[in-house]
Amino acid sequence: MSTALETSRGRGQQPPTPPPAPPSPSPGGALRRSADWARRAPLLPALVFTIVVTQLPFVVTLIVSFMDWNAYYPDERGFAGFGNYASVLTDVNMRQAIVTTVILTAVVVLVSLLLGMVIALLLDRQFRGRGVVRTMMITPFLIVPVAAALLWKHALFNPEYGLLNGTLTAIWRLFGSDDAPQPDWITAAPLVSVEVALIWQWTPFMMLILLAGLQSRPLDVIEAARIDGASSWQIFRYMTFPHLRRYLELGGLLGSIYIVQNFDAVFTITSGGLGTANLPYVIYQTFYQAHDYGRASAAGVVVVIGTIVIATLALRTVSTLFQEENAR
Amino acid sequence: MSSVTDVAPVAATRTPEGRPRRPRKPRSGALLGLAAWLIGFLFVVPVLWMVLTSFHSEEAAATNPPSLFAPLTVAGYREFFGVGTGTSPWPSLLNSLTASVVSTIIVLLLAIPAAYALSIRPVRKWTDVMFFFLSTRMLPIVAGLLPIYLFAQWSGLLDNIWLLIVLYTAMNLPIAVWMMRSFLAEVPVEILEAASMDGAGLLLTLRQVVAPIVLPGIAATSLICFIFSWNELLLARTLTGTVAGTAPVYLTGFVTSQGLFLAQVCAAAFVVSLPVLVAGFAAQDKLVQGLSLGAVK
Repeated sequence: MSTALETSRGRGQQPPTPPPAPPSPSPGGALRRSADWARRAPLLPALVFTIVVTQLPFVVTLIVSFMDWNAYYPDERGFAGFGNYASVLTDVNMRQAIVTTVILTAVVVLVSLLLGMVIALLLDRQFRGRGVVRTMMITPFLIVPVAAALLWKHALFNPEYGLLNGTLTAIWRLFGSDDAPQPDWITAAPLVSVEVALIWQWTPFMMLILLAGLQSRPLDVIEAARIDGASSWQIFRYMTFPHLRRYLELGGLLGSIYIVQNFDAVFTITSGGLGTANLPYVIYQTFYQAHDYGRASAAGVVVVIGTIVIATLALRTVSTLFQEENAR
Repeated sequence: MSSVTDVAPVAATRTPEGRPRRPRKPRSGALLGLAAWLIGFLFVVPVLWMVLTSFHSEEAAATNPPSLFAPLTVAGYREFFGVGTGTSPWPSLLNSLTASVVSTIIVLLLAIPAAYALSIRPVRKWTDVMFFFLSTRMLPIVAGLLPIYLFAQWSGLLDNIWLLIVLYTAMNLPIAVWMMRSFLAEVPVEILEAASMDGAGLLLTLRQVVAPIVLPGIAATSLICFIFSWNELLLARTLTGTVAGTAPVYLTGFVTSQGLFLAQVCAAAFVVSLPVLVAGFAAQDKLVQGLSLGAVK
């Protein structure tokens, strides 16, 4: 019992390596082994469930990605080798989808990070109604993604009666002019339209993470620097920004993981048309409409490989924050 | 990064007089506060516009320039709820509610014991287990879609709400494990020790010592799992049809099948988002912890 309590107290002192105390199942024998299992028991249901539901399907995807399998031609099922990968990587639509995915993810993540940081810095100060502004900022994130996409498509971007063009008309009227520009936003800039809607939803996410980062700054050190005569810019450049860096990384990486997977906005706003089809949308189409299971799986594996690259970086960042949290 | 090295360059650039500056100039402070209000307002305008439009008649909703002060009506809501037309959103709203609530309950039942085994009495290599859970959340759902679909077809679970419940449970379990672990880690071990000295059993200890400390954490975790399940579209769209379709699926079909009625679309978007808005504002303080998987407090 006492070892158990000591380990739990010492937990997280050096997270990447396991806590030293629970001894390896050597001479201790059956008693210790059964104690080990008693410890593991509460964990097992969640672990087994996760492995079965999330890992098994992926293994099947991996297998199918090497097969010729189209539901429309059930007799031609067979081994395809790297054929599906070759066709995924050489197909014009797929290549376009990969490029679109990268652009969409990068633009949305970078712009919402930048906006989120500016807003977090503004909200980190004392001013009247700060809580209200914070609540207003969170609201876009709490609109169901499909609803948000519908809202942007029909109520804001619509060229005839959307709020954007309506506002333009109102402003031009104010100055006595009747020929306000009335762009057809989605047709003129389809990818940007999707990006704007996503940035609107994801800036609050970034803002929340960065605000939490700002509020975990050691205030006494900053106060000391200020007394020593550091300017606001110097404090930001040499103290706030280095402290925020890991929170920026975390927001950027988590945001990337979610936005790489985005389906709702592309599906709703443009239905993947006008060059906005990203990989999740194309995979959905290949599988749901063309029923080409082999190619859809190969494309899925490509997305996973791309995600693993981001996810490895994300895990490293989370692990750094995690260690600090536990070392406190 | 240690804070000492970060301070060094700042400390070196002392003003010539060496006098401390005034921390904040009041006028620039007021301007920055105003800027914050303005940006916050810009971000909330689309939502306000959605709510306002949902209470306008279709004619007033589709004017250019917008008619802000048109008379208010609930016609959009009556249309959405199918008064007179017969297509009701209730089955899909109930499906969403079932899928979100039931999956959240199962998530909690699985995640709380797991988090206990990862914090209070940690198993060996518990950090590895934590990061395994996290990595499953980062796997794109779309990559597992086909096997899940084929399995559902083979087992007859297509268009069955239980399939969504199982998948949403798997989707939210990593987040819940991470969040619950970060809450359980706050339980002072001394209290547990004292409780076990007194001869209190495991269940009694859990109920009387751990629960009061972690109940707020459980509430926040469930709200966040609820939001993620309620929002989900890709799985629901692929795996359900007329019987088990959820609210987001209903929304996507709603526009194409009925043509465009702006007030009605706004009413629909608002009604479907309302549970998330309520849950999100309720969990506001813990939102960031959930979204960052417990990495940020």
